[in-house]
Amino acid sequence: MDTLTEAAVIDQMTPVPFHVRSVREELAHTFTLELEPPNGEFNFLPGQFTMMYSFGIGEVPISISSRNSRKETILQTIRRTGAVTNALGLLKSGAHVGIRGPFGTPWPMEKAEGRDLLIIGGGIGLAPLRPAIYHALENRDKYERVIVLYGTRTPADILFKTELDRWASRDDVTSLITVDSADRGWHGSVGVVTRLIGRVDFDPANTTAMVCGPEIMMTVTAQRLMDDYEMAPEDLYVTMERNMKCGIGICGHCQFGSKFICTDGAVFPYTEVDQLLQIKGV
Amino acid sequence: MTEETLIGILRTQAFFKGMSEDQLTRLASVATAIEVADGDLIFEEGGFADASYVILEGSVALELNVSHRAHHIVQTLHRGEVLGWSWLFPPYRWSFSALALDPTQLIRFDAEQLRTLQDSDCVLGYEMMKRFAHIMTNRLAATRLQLVDFYGHTH
Repeated sequence: MDTLTEAAVIDQMTPVPFHVRSVREELAHTFTLELEPPNGEFNFLPGQFTMMYSFGIGEVPISISSRNSRKETILQTIRRTGAVTNALGLLKSGAHVGIRGPFGTPWPMEKAEGRDLLIIGGGIGLAPLRPAIYHALENRDKYERVIVLYGTRTPADILFKTELDRWASRDDVTSLITVDSADRGWHGSVGVVTRLIGRVDFDPANTTAMVCGPEIMMTVTAQRLMDDYEMAPEDLYVTMERNMKCGIGICGHCQFGSKFICTDGAVFPYTEVDQLLQIKGV
Repeated sequence: MTEETLIGILRTQAFFKGMSEDQLTRLASVATAIEVADGDLIFEEGGFADASYVILEGSVALELNVSHRAHHIVQTLHRGEVLGWSWLFPPYRWSFSALALDPTQLIRFDAEQLRTLQDSDCVLGYEMMKRFAHIMTNRLAATRLQLVDFYGHTH
């Protein structure tokens, strides 16, 4: 890692106030903030995150869920899980939130060009994948098959349902949803997300898989792709989350074995984290 | 549908991959092709398990009748998947109900004839049991993951 100058550290550690343009309730405990940068433009890559600061409460790392071609605003999709996210959830249009970043490694969109894209999300893990999906659709001719597989708890927990349906209606995208539990009336799939893999066509030797969700879901998915489809582990990418604090690899809060999630990740080639994922408590 | 056609269909199904022509012919002799409409009940929880199925087209929901939630979908099955193994073990009662979610085409195997076939041809019987055991372990593993409720602990 490059050594940061004192000025660079101060610059990257100072939150910039972004204007909350709109708030959208996505699910019972999940909402999306549309944020306007003060200078009118914010550049990021699919898969990157920001540190969001609720003034006087604290900071949390949140992935960007919007298309990176749109620079005048960004979307950040957040689940209410604690003091900071609850405070962010109380913000109204016109309020301000502190933003640092963007931080972290992106999804390997360039490296995946010319290949099938297998994008697998679980729960709110679809949010960090959405910029990758947008990117693939905006550059559709650069990729072979584009496949989006999404799993969540119940039909009421489906994130970005309208978009998933829109993608499913396209001829050049395969998009499937499954839920863990449903009552009669739900006409979609019920079962774990890995069961969807068997229902889509892709070329395992020429596929890049991007997986985001709970760690157990990513582990099981990666295992299935390698064992049943003989995908090479270096073609699998996952995102990791730990307690990111500084976002620039100096505080050590997000250390994961020999890695810092905030700078070495959050998107990792599976080969860099597979051993660590097997160790309890890391 | 002729037996030849049935054999041809079985040959294309993953469950029967690697079976000999003779084995496929024997299986086809106890099989029929059926179609059910969207919303049709293929079998009902607690009923006599008199058949096994392979789904050729469409989707089927496996439902459990839970007292406080009338019909809870446990799992859905889709093209190429096997439906039903309660016919394998006494007392031959369906553990779930099976409801067609789409217009669905299936191959139906008569359970009694299938058991007789497997008892009289131990090589075929053992092959079938291995294949069913593989499906059962995979579905058990998937069910365990559903029970973990891992999306409840996502970031």
